[in-house]
Amino acid sequence: MRIVLILLLASSMLSYSQDCTSILSGKVLDLHDGKPLSEALLIVAGTNITAETNSEGKFSIQGLCNRSYSIQVGHPSCLTKIFSVKINGNSTRNFKLEHHLEEFNEITVTGKAFNDKSKTLNNSRISRAEIERLSSGTLGDALNRISGVSSLNTGNAILKPLINGLHSSRVVIVNNGVRMQDQEWGAEHAPNIDINVADNITLIKGAGALQFGGDAIGGVIIAESAKAPVKDTIFGKTILSGLSNGQGGTLTTTFTKSTKEGLSFAVQGTLKRFGDFEAPDYILSNTGLFERNASVKIALNKFNYTLEAYYSIFKNEIGILRASHLGGAQDQVNAIGSDRPLIVNPFTYDIDAPKQDVTHHLARVKATKLFDGLGKLSFQYDFQANKRLEFDIRRGDDRDRASLDLKLMTHSVTLDLDSDLSDQMGLKVGVLGRFQDNTADPNTGVRRLIPDYTRYDLGIYSILDYQATDLLVLELGGRFDYSFLDVFKFYRTSLWEARNYDELFPEIVVEEFENQILTNPKLNYNNISATAGINYTINDTYNLLFNYSLASRAPNPSELFSEGLHHSASRIEIGDLRFTPEVGHKFGATFKKQGTRFNFSINPFVNFISDFVLIEPTEVQQTIRGNFQVWEYRQTDARLLGVDFDLSYELSDHFKIAHQTSLVKGYDRTLDRPLINMPPVETKNELIFTHKKMKNLRMALQSQYVFRQNEFPNNNFEVFIPELGRSEIVDVSTPPGAYHLLNFNSSIDFNVSNTSILTVGLGVNNILDTDYRNYLNRLRYYADDLGRNFLVSLKFNY
Amino acid sequence: MKKIKLLSLFVLSLLVLSACSSDDTPDPVLEEEVITTMTVTLTPNGGGTAITLKKQDLDGDGPNAPVLTVTGGDLAAGVTYTGSIELLNETESPAEDITEEVEELSDEHQFFFTVTGGLDVTTDYTNFDGDNNPLGTEFTLTAGAASSGTITFTLRHEPKKPNDGTLADAAGETDIDATFNIAVN
Repeated sequence: MRIVLILLLASSMLSYSQDCTSILSGKVLDLHDGKPLSEALLIVAGTNITAETNSEGKFSIQGLCNRSYSIQVGHPSCLTKIFSVKINGNSTRNFKLEHHLEEFNEITVTGKAFNDKSKTLNNSRISRAEIERLSSGTLGDALNRISGVSSLNTGNAILKPLINGLHSSRVVIVNNGVRMQDQEWGAEHAPNIDINVADNITLIKGAGALQFGGDAIGGVIIAESAKAPVKDTIFGKTILSGLSNGQGGTLTTTFTKSTKEGLSFAVQGTLKRFGDFEAPDYILSNTGLFERNASVKIALNKFNYTLEAYYSIFKNEIGILRASHLGGAQDQVNAIGSDRPLIVNPFTYDIDAPKQDVTHHLARVKATKLFDGLGKLSFQYDFQANKRLEFDIRRGDDRDRASLDLKLMTHSVTLDLDSDLSDQMGLKVGVLGRFQDNTADPNTGVRRLIPDYTRYDLGIYSILDYQATDLLVLELGGRFDYSFLDVFKFYRTSLWEARNYDELFPEIVVEEFENQILTNPKLNYNNISATAGINYTINDTYNLLFNYSLASRAPNPSELFSEGLHHSASRIEIGDLRFTPEVGHKFGATFKKQGTRFNFSINPFVNFISDFVLIEPTEVQQTIRGNFQVWEYRQTDARLLGVDFDLSYELSDHFKIAHQTSLVKGYDRTLDRPLINMPPVETKNELIFTHKKMKNLRMALQSQYVFRQNEFPNNNFEVFIPELGRSEIVDVSTPPGAYHLLNFNSSIDFNVSNTSILTVGLGVNNILDTDYRNYLNRLRYYADDLGRNFLVSLKFNY
Repeated sequence: MKKIKLLSLFVLSLLVLSACSSDDTPDPVLEEEVITTMTVTLTPNGGGTAITLKKQDLDGDGPNAPVLTVTGGDLAAGVTYTGSIELLNETESPAEDITEEVEELSDEHQFFFTVTGGLDVTTDYTNFDGDNNPLGTEFTLTAGAASSGTITFTLRHEPKKPNDGTLADAAGETDIDATFNIAVN
């Protein structure tokens, strides 16, 4: 390996003469696996002192004075980083670098300078290699790889990440530094992110990462794009993948040009097209999808300042299983009672109603500057426009008209300061301002599911981390958020009166129409969130983390204002204007070992949530269309208790086994019964073979066993069936049985030229073509999940 | 100094953003597809008082239950009736006649008549779609011996056509579901 010498001469302090005999020693380690890095070069800024690490990653720097130094640590295959170190006599300090470049083989691209988003919560990461393997999937598919994460699905293309049993508004998704505002309140609204824009994805199972918001009762997902290297280079990557199930594929390409002056330009695009997917025994009619995404980034990356402009567009058209679109409860009895979906048509690429058509624009400009003695100051403005169209099966002229047409515009400005108060103490402070405007187009001819509203948010946070000893890090943070919602909502007069709102809120009535009432609720929420935690390094390989997070979340528009029929669920959903914020107290611990061959982590948690908002059936309502179950939102006290377990062991140089088990139990403490839609226990085992000398061959066989969910609330109800002349029970509660899936994937690298590599991948999902239904799939009543799927992928790095 | 500049920029942008809000009130949505009322008229062949069966649900998916009314008394044993069904959207004024729309799109619709509880009544379709499959906004009803029970009218949107005449086989979405208690005397 070559040594890259980069000299840093900018020293902010005058060196004054004193007794300079102190020695700094320590190790340079790989941030990911803690392995020592040899031949790393350390340069003490403002002096001509340098040192290099030996084969064990150890270094020793002599002749230092008792003062603060900036030390630049570089390694040929890592991103160079600068650390500030305070010398007081002989000192020891370990430096961690992100050691990523080897994954790229000869192509020198620096990975994202990776900082732990929370120092006392376990940061789970999905690497670039893993993301590339899932190029044709979704963000939800990628996150499913992490223990404790599952997804609430609507069919096979709409995956809503579920972190330790919580989803939707309780999970914050940050895409390239921008908190996604993509109508995330909907359980059947998948995150509007192209997985291929992400270079790495970090997951934090808790609300501890307060810089991103205080309402992440479930957790935070952070997707980041690659950072361009500061050197003259042009490189790119193209992945083409084809899948037998759905008879489609994905083409994604990334191109980056950068200069040694720090200027860089990157473009990326993805095209994804699938026809109807198939269960083992039949076609899942109308489940095709068509996704088109693009992004562009221009950045200037200087030592003490950066400027960046980023824009991305995401457009996705997704078909919803035709057989899931139902009328009343009688239709539900038929659909649930049938082994096969009631509508199965020949395979097609056409996407008809019911379907979703979503477009998400995201733009941001960001500037950072390092100030001596103050730290790094960042300013960001971001803009998002989310357009969501949902098409139901309609009659005649309305056939091609959307039933739901929402446009959500969000502007945010943030100012953050990241500073080192001392060598031991780091402080992050920031302030956020956000303005949001939601417009529901009245031309749909269907009453608005979500009303028109404007929303203002103001947030302020501070997080302090303190390296108490070499082995102990403490973290403490607090955040305050103020939200104001100005809403224009039409209520049906009958509902307005039935709920007694006419007596409770007469002052918000703006105008009365024949059978509707226009109201103007103005809602204020003050939310406090906090985090406290410790990270204790027991020794080189063992680590213990403990964290407490307090999170507060204002109710979302769906919980407050829903009022009407939801076709894909065949139920009437009703929100409540009177809801108060829900408050979560999560205690989590992580005990982990990061050894050379044997790694494990065990992560128990308990989450007490007061005023937890959930939706559950209350009655059966008669309409001219038949009977519908009414689901009303209500608030309760909930408790979620669980544990995530990860283990990996390298059997030999080439064989590795990995194991994951996750368990969560959700309990409604007010009604003394289980919570709905809690993930069943799941265990995954994987055998991985890798051989660097055999063209980087990698083969992995994965077994996934999902237990039956035995704890569920009974929401079944009875409905009169005219043909039978009697009532039947509609079983919407009983979870499907346990299932076991086997998956295989493999890849091999071919050097096409000195600078380009072709990676060929082959895989099979659901090898045994097992029939199964997933408790967390909202369409499980109507159809089996996906059957066998062959995957072929070609990745070209150049 | 830079800090102050950045801070003032931040405050300024907040002010600009908050100035964007508008005070216009939104327009109410006119529900065009809703069926609020179904009226079945049974006219006895050979003259006499027509019997009407009506189901009306003016608040659609709202909490108020539909209202069922039967006028004109019981069916007469041995009499054949000419039946016709009218569908209205009474959220609009004047009320919109949805029957026309259903008849225009006859290949996407079908009425089903389900008799239970010992009611001695038979029905026959008298109007059909372009493929000669039944539609059922027009039909005949023949009352047999004296009996009582229920008759259910179900309108299915996008059923399987042709089907075996049962709701289970036809599938599709239920647009109307109305069950009336009736007797033959």
